Amino acid sequence: MKISIQQEDFDVSTELQLLRKDLPGIGGINVFVGTVRDTHQGDEVQSMELEHYPGMTEKALQEIVEQAKTRWDVLNATIIHRVGKLHPTDQIVLVAVASTHRGDAYAACEFMMDYLKTSAPFWKKEYTPEGSRWVDARTSDEERLKKWRK
Amino acid sequence: MKVSIRFFASLKEALKKDHIDLEIPDSIKTIGDLKEYLAKQDAISTEVFGAHKNIRAAQDLEMVSMDTPIRAGAEIAFFPPVTGG
Repeated sequence: MKISIQQEDFDVSTELQLLRKDLPGIGGINVFVGTVRDTHQGDEVQSMELEHYPGMTEKALQEIVEQAKTRWDVLNATIIHRVGKLHPTDQIVLVAVASTHRGDAYAACEFMMDYLKTSAPFWKKEYTPEGSRWVDARTSDEERLKKWRK
Repeated sequence: MKVSIRFFASLKEALKKDHIDLEIPDSIKTIGDLKEYLAKQDAISTEVFGAHKNIRAAQDLEMVSMDTPIRAGAEIAFFPPVTGG
């Protein structure tokens, strides 16, 4: 398992090589990459600043992976989340899950991303031509969790 | 009881500080009690911690609800709902 919170960018190909290393039983990897959009709620986004809670964020991400492992066949997983100043088109987050079969990789990846969105302490501040603002949490992100509580 | 309190994101910005170390009265038993206590400190705190505000909390790096008992010496944090990913 790799959990990293970092300012620098990541290379998906390199991360997938690391994820697969010495695990010949892997049959499929599902990858989600989140990127910075240039608009939000109709406004131009020029940049954003991501803040986290050192110590707690790493712990929350580890717990998300552990939870996924209890529900699906997860052979290995990587979560990388960037913090600091980011600009449109920049990569923000990588969630990659390796399983024996694709079904588990798809489900575990979606589960991990949904929980990251609602339980990992990260906060976004957007900079628009009108000034800066903290991004509000979306109720649709909370709604998505219901799917996993059944 | 002594507690260390950290603030993040919009709370940190509004309060103009990222942490305080506080000796709290014995009557403060839960995270919610502490939030109400902080709200009475000054005008900015009243605005930030007012009951209508959607504030989340953590104790010793675990997300907790407002009815969670405070542990002596704990690191408590208040912050807005998270928006990562």
